[in-house]
Amino acid sequence: MQTPAPFEYERATSVGQALALLERYGPEARLVAGGHSLLPMMKLRLADPAYLIDINDLTDLDYIRVDGDSIAIGAMTRHAALLASPVLAEHYPIFADAERVIADPCVRNRGTIGGSLCQADPSEDLSAVASALQATLVVVGTEGSRTVPAREFHAGPYETVVGPAEILTEVRIPIRPGAGSAYEKVERRAGDWGATAGGCFVVLGSDGETVADVGIGLTAVRAPHFCAEEAEAALRGQPATPGNLAAAAAKAAEASRPQTDQRGPADYKRHLAGELTRRALRRAVARARGQAGGPGASPGEEA
Amino acid sequence: MQVTMTVNGAEVTREVEPRLLLVHFLRDHLGLTGTHWGCDTSNCGVCVVAMDGVPVKSCTVLAAMAGGREIDTVEGMERDGVLDPVQEGFMREHGLQCGFCTPAMMITARALLDANPDPTAAEIRTAICGTVCRCTGYENIVRAIRWAAEHSVAEVTA
Amino acid sequence: MTATEARSNGVPISPAGNPIGFGRMLRKEDARFLRGKGHYLDDIALPGMLHGAILRSPHAHARIISIDTAAAEAHPKVKAVITGATLEGLNLAWMPTMSGDTQAVLATDKVRFQGQEVAFVVAEDRYAARDALELITVDYELLPPVVDALRALDPGAPVIRTDIEGKADNHIFDWEAGDAAACDAVFNRPDVVVAKADLLYPRSHPSPMETCGSVASMDKVTGKLTCWITSQAPHAHRTVYAIVAGLPEHKIQVISPDIGGGFGNKVPVYPGYVCAVVGTIVTGAPVKWMEDRSENLMTTGFARDYHMHGEIAATRDGRILALRTTTLADHGAFNATAQPSKFPSGFFSIFTGSYDLEAAYCKVTGVYTNKAPGGVAYACSFRITEAAYFVERMVDILAHDLEMDPAELRMKNLIAPDQFPYRTKTGWEYDSGNYPLTLQTTLDRAGYKDLRAEQAESRVRFAQTGEGPLMGIGLSFFTEGVGAGPRKHMDILGLGMADGCELRIHPTGKAVLRLSVQTQGQGHETTFAQIVAHELGLPPEDVEVVHGDTDQTPFGLGTYGSRSTPVSGAAAAVTARRVRDKARIIAAAALECSPDDLEWELGRWQVKGTPTQGKTMQEIALLAHSTLELPEGVEGHLDASAVYNPPNLTYPYGAYLCVVDVDPGTGEVTVRRFIATDDCGPRINPMIVEGQIHGGLAEGVGMALMQAIAFDEAGNCLGGSFMDYLLPTSLECPSWELSETVTPSPHHPLGCKGVGESATVGSPAAVVNAVIDALAPFGVRHADMPLTPAQVWLAIQGRPARTDLAFGADGAA
Repeated sequence: MQTPAPFEYERATSVGQALALLERYGPEARLVAGGHSLLPMMKLRLADPAYLIDINDLTDLDYIRVDGDSIAIGAMTRHAALLASPVLAEHYPIFADAERVIADPCVRNRGTIGGSLCQADPSEDLSAVASALQATLVVVGTEGSRTVPAREFHAGPYETVVGPAEILTEVRIPIRPGAGSAYEKVERRAGDWGATAGGCFVVLGSDGETVADVGIGLTAVRAPHFCAEEAEAALRGQPATPGNLAAAAAKAAEASRPQTDQRGPADYKRHLAGELTRRALRRAVARARGQAGGPGASPGEEA
Repeated sequence: MQVTMTVNGAEVTREVEPRLLLVHFLRDHLGLTGTHWGCDTSNCGVCVVAMDGVPVKSCTVLAAMAGGREIDTVEGMERDGVLDPVQEGFMREHGLQCGFCTPAMMITARALLDANPDPTAAEIRTAICGTVCRCTGYENIVRAIRWAAEHSVAEVTA
Repeated sequence: MTATEARSNGVPISPAGNPIGFGRMLRKEDARFLRGKGHYLDDIALPGMLHGAILRSPHAHARIISIDTAAAEAHPKVKAVITGATLEGLNLAWMPTMSGDTQAVLATDKVRFQGQEVAFVVAEDRYAARDALELITVDYELLPPVVDALRALDPGAPVIRTDIEGKADNHIFDWEAGDAAACDAVFNRPDVVVAKADLLYPRSHPSPMETCGSVASMDKVTGKLTCWITSQAPHAHRTVYAIVAGLPEHKIQVISPDIGGGFGNKVPVYPGYVCAVVGTIVTGAPVKWMEDRSENLMTTGFARDYHMHGEIAATRDGRILALRTTTLADHGAFNATAQPSKFPSGFFSIFTGSYDLEAAYCKVTGVYTNKAPGGVAYACSFRITEAAYFVERMVDILAHDLEMDPAELRMKNLIAPDQFPYRTKTGWEYDSGNYPLTLQTTLDRAGYKDLRAEQAESRVRFAQTGEGPLMGIGLSFFTEGVGAGPRKHMDILGLGMADGCELRIHPTGKAVLRLSVQTQGQGHETTFAQIVAHELGLPPEDVEVVHGDTDQTPFGLGTYGSRSTPVSGAAAAVTARRVRDKARIIAAAALECSPDDLEWELGRWQVKGTPTQGKTMQEIALLAHSTLELPEGVEGHLDASAVYNPPNLTYPYGAYLCVVDVDPGTGEVTVRRFIATDDCGPRINPMIVEGQIHGGLAEGVGMALMQAIAFDEAGNCLGGSFMDYLLPTSLECPSWELSETVTPSPHHPLGCKGVGESATVGSPAAVVNAVIDALAPFGVRHADMPLTPAQVWLAIQGRPARTDLAFGADGAA
């Protein structure tokens, strides 16, 4: 089996101490949380940090709670916790939909939401979820903390706006009463990265028909900031008819610039972007109306 | 650096390089060769051990990161000469052939049953989908875990 | 099986609760595996043992200008660095393959596939060895690669094997079987319908969970070389080492420890093994080489890679008359397949399948490409996986063209029971079978009529609403030939494929059986004990099965091609019968009667008419070692040996049916059900047989839906890790539904046919046929495996991709 090159290891005892270590060691230092993105890269010698700062003891960053009009998720929250969370199941089943098809249960016991977002893999599902939900990310540095909209968090493939001596500590999602949400993903096999995936939230007006608000996220298709803003704009204020949902989905497909790889050719992925957005919208609308396909339903269940 | 962790209930301390993977720590430093490895990309899952009660891929955990944690491997499943019902189930239902993925499957099964004592076949298949088996086609592994769910420790020792 | 059931089955139960003979018995080998006490190659740690690692070529085709190892040699933990130049001095840079070609151990002039071995580092531990690889600098001059096998014989194609004197192309062999003229006559008949298709069985890889490796230890004082190897054929490896390394064969011991899956991947002799031997000789210490997964996938024996053009001729009402194929075989950069030497294309000529044909013909052309060597592996039964997939796809394509039900078409053309033994148009003699019964069993178990009715409804709904899923039903009826084989026809590297066996009964009636086969999970320690129990009435727990150590076991060619039960199983039965015959003489001497006065009652020779007068096998064993005066025919002790030369192959067969649901919007395929009826003759241990079948069916799902190794234009391997070479998990596999029929082999001592590869042979076509059937509303006639969601979608668009190349390479995107 492949093995990493040598490095120094330190275990952080607090956020402040982690920041101090990052400052001290500079750009040769990396944080490791779940480690299921970083360690495989190090074993293949694609990443070669001189210092590894283990933040797994920062258990006070492991939480999911309602905080006023938001849901606050600590950056060290594991995928398994996101999948099982009753708070998220109640407000945003898009998380359970996505987590169910992220990696496998063993990986989900280790990987964290903070690690996933900061790894910034173009195929990362939680990036699309955060973007769809217009989450706000809290980044802490030695100077203090700042907030970054999820849609401004990614600077490019594997690149975020988190500075070398900063840590992502929290993901905040506004609570939207009555919202429905859903996630749809196509993978060649359980645990594979998605060929394409898409998720959304929908808030219906009091008439139960008009789309009062919508957020659409896409992954693995190089959609700018993992979202489809034109599709959202086209659907906002419109009745949630199959025709309108399909039209928005088509716009989402247009926002996609997928690359051909062994998961499929670009035209297939673009087709999927539209198809999966359409299905996610349909299920989100159904959930908003309190119909079948509610929390805990498995992806693919028809509304 | 020195690392101390609890393995199968006993505290162990060793001098290791920071880059030493947990799977190699268990196999080469502690001689617990029951945990195996099968890939380079954290996909195959034959390296699964329990860390603080949940199954993790030990090839993707540094020994250093496991410091202070509780690790359970297949060698700790049999207690005082009595097999864990999971082990008994694997034997009775022919849930193993070459045996290479078996420790990982059994550790995963034990963790599953501890959290969910009466899982459906679908829940079992989800729980074990992180470990690949080339021999059994999974059917008998599912049956083995169902056998363990239906036979408590008291029954096995009776 | 409970004790009562077993007794009523005629098989008594031993003190430990095991059937004394055939029946369901828990495995003896489980005791160590359940406790994590298996002894696999990487578990081996010898005092002073060093670790080897291989530097591999990043390029598919390049000249080596220079290799600089100085920095690696200077690493404080490195003990030796070996290159092709080092080996050339020892005449070891090249070694013979099992197909009469040569293969580089470490590259000298050129590298010929991505991943090819270039240098070998020996260091104190595996981490240091891996570090040292980074310290070696190789200067390459890139050459254009041959990646598309269909272009390998183009005039002007780059020549790969410039090491072969006079070689001016990439051609390896041509081979044909059957009667081309007879086929032409049939195909040219005016009343005949002809269906044609191009079928690719893409490059696949067995990928056992344990990779390949070796620990080599040369004792300089005694001159003995001990090698632990993940080998399915330890004796063959020993002989090859003797030839390659020039070491005396009696000074070489090859030990196969517990093996974590073989599937044909652990048959060849790999360069890493040879490097480990050189390493131990050079350093004087034991050297372990254990490959990682990417090495396993990219460089060890792959499977399949057959481009098959097929033509099938039938009458309009569905009587199949003839089948022919021209096939291109991609062997990679060296011809290193292991199959009987007279069969360069293995047993592919069994492509006539299970049908009664008037004519058949195949021509196979083997070519070199800039890819890893291999081709025969992964439970292929020597290319029968390719042949079975070919015929079962062709039959379904014919059914599609004739608009005929595929079950009906098969039933109409299966070889009839009264036609056995059946000689095929390409020279195989099938031993026995009741094909219609087996097919009907599957159809009944599946509820075929109801499935077709449900499918009709799903098609109506789709036509009306455009919503899936679309249901598909796929059949596969396969016949394979295993248990190679008669030495008159079959040898590997000139070694006949007869297997030896030795059985010794100790004075207290316990037995030791020594075999040349090598389990990799098939349960030999249990099933072979059951064979001895069946023949001699000894409890299976009293029979120790010894295998895997060339110092402890007789010569044989090992386990692959499902040959263990047909060949070694037969040898064990024959040997046990010889022991029983000797026991008769000893019993007669003790009872002071003639051997003809005795009759056999399981476990006991007793006097005819006076059954109370007799001797058990245990008593006879003690007598055999006692002072008893023995007559002519026995010298004393109780043992026998045999070398079994099988008179023919055996022909297990089966009928499989797969039900899938396809999402037309995404191309995703869900395998809903899989029904399998297998006929492998009598089953020694039904539990183990079913386990073998379960495993093989999973392979079918994997190959049909997700597994393949493709290459891009530069020759980069696109399936070099488990991120892209996908194996089925518990979520892709359904709960398998098994049935059986039993038609014993007339020539095997136990009637057993072997079963290890049957499910891998038969299942891919069932899954592919099901998916193509699901896509009938789109007019899809064929698409190549793997039918990933993207490929299914492309098929729906009418442009399925070539799956041996990268997506988009054939202009598909």
